[in-house]
Amino acid sequence: MIKVILMLVVLICSSTGGEIAMTYGMKRIGELEGFHPRSVLRFLGRAIKSGWVWLAIPLLAVSFYSLLILLSWAPISLVIPASAFNYVAGAVGAKYLLKEDVTLKRWLGVALVFLGVLLVVATG
Amino acid sequence: MHEHRLRFKTLFTVFLMVVCANIGDLLLKRGMTQIGAVHLSLEGLGHTLLATLQNGTIWLAILFLIGFTVCYMSAVSWADYSYVMPAGAFGYATQTLLAVLVLHETVTLKRWIGVFVICFGVMLVGQTKPNTTNGQQAPS
Repeated sequence: MIKVILMLVVLICSSTGGEIAMTYGMKRIGELEGFHPRSVLRFLGRAIKSGWVWLAIPLLAVSFYSLLILLSWAPISLVIPASAFNYVAGAVGAKYLLKEDVTLKRWLGVALVFLGVLLVVATG
Repeated sequence: MHEHRLRFKTLFTVFLMVVCANIGDLLLKRGMTQIGAVHLSLEGLGHTLLATLQNGTIWLAILFLIGFTVCYMSAVSWADYSYVMPAGAFGYATQTLLAVLVLHETVTLKRWIGVFVICFGVMLVGQTKPNTTNGQQAPS
């Protein structure tokens, strides 16, 4: 069980880190100006020049592989609900790294997710 | 009439999104069961990498997960994030039900309670304002 919990930590850290790096990178790049092929290409061109996007890609790859490893070790009814801990790590990262305004209602939701994940993992 | 059609389109897309995510995850589980438990060594991880690239079930799972991403991106392009996101929470419950029905996993009452607490938490998060930075760009 300790092995599964440690791999869950790797999954949560890599997916949250990857998503935060991708969000930060995309915000620096700016919005996609329409779906004209030229706009999409210009947008992709800006994205591949972003160091944050290149930091996000390997982190997201690690998160996908850690999910596969977890699925080879533990039941899906444990792994997928436990991966919801992303909401907790994501809210903390959004508050302190992306400087988003996390409201009390959102923190309450995050606290419930945390409690639910604890219950699910305790049954592992 | 227009609102009725928009509601139907959104609910249908959200339904497809949950179906794709659930089937994708079930196929990932089936693929990894075929490959076997991963050994945490350089050799074991290398073997897993090769085995996953050669496994048709894993590729099929990736197709469904791409389908999920397309449905999710389409849905949030016309519907509120706070409307679409709680559907993700509903997916945790259906995923657990599918684990019981398809993979014959044993889910205890305590785990079911945990899953529903997670669903409720995600639904609460989904009811909050989806953008608190007014779309401002990060500093260069």
